[in-house]
Amino acid sequence: MKAHLTRRYRFSASHRLHSDAMSAQENLATYGKCNNPHGHGHNYFVEVTVSGPVEEATGMVCNLADLDGFVDREVIERYDLQHLNASSEFSERVPTTENLCIAIYELLKQGFDKAHVEKVRIEETLMNSFEYAGHAEMH
Amino acid sequence: MVYLTRRAEFSASHLYHNPAFSAEENRRVFGKCNNPNGHGHNYTLEVTVKGEVDARSGFVVDLKQLKEVMQREVLDAMDHRFLNKEVAEFFTRIPTTENLAIVIWERLSPKLNHAALHRVRVYETPDLFADFYGEA
Repeated sequence: MKAHLTRRYRFSASHRLHSDAMSAQENLATYGKCNNPHGHGHNYFVEVTVSGPVEEATGMVCNLADLDGFVDREVIERYDLQHLNASSEFSERVPTTENLCIAIYELLKQGFDKAHVEKVRIEETLMNSFEYAGHAEMH
Repeated sequence: MVYLTRRAEFSASHLYHNPAFSAEENRRVFGKCNNPNGHGHNYTLEVTVKGEVDARSGFVVDLKQLKEVMQREVLDAMDHRFLNKEVAEFFTRIPTTENLAIVIWERLSPKLNHAALHRVRVYETPDLFADFYGEA
């Protein structure tokens, strides 16, 4: 039987929302205080949802130790206490939480093969959250 | 179609152990969840039902009936219990969060009269939950 499993992780990072394609005035109008030149930080919560058949011998969709290991190594190590704009994936893309969702989803899609990656959801603050599931329709 | 979710909490203990595995294999696959005397969690259960809003009552489902079924089928059976030893389904199935979601679905689904079950979500901790949508 197919089940979905969601694990919640956290990391803290700084970013600045700024597009080189826009004028200074346009950047300010678009991003407001998120455009402040020295950036600012958030405590992010990331929810990773994977799915698959529940294996009879283990009762699991995938071993949490594998998922935790992958996310710690590839996501948390990469972003925790870093400035997101300095990461290569944000050299061309603005590190909005939408784009962060897509970047983390792609890291998982490319590297995690123990279960199907369904969705990445990120809370930037308690008041906003973002979800990305590739082209799949979300539950 | 409207979706309605009801939440409940229960506390229970469990351990992960497959008698078909060697002691070493159990330890390797399940880690500290294999500790022989078990350990406990405060589980949060979210049951989501779906249906059309009844024109007369304005309800998707009679919440009282949903609450009673959840109480009888889940809380009375699992709250303050050792799942492996006191809940029949877990005599043979490992009481992972995934299997808890499936077992709770199987218990609730035939008992709900007027609304269709959409999702059973079980939080083992605030950082880990499993969803079951009744998919084969």
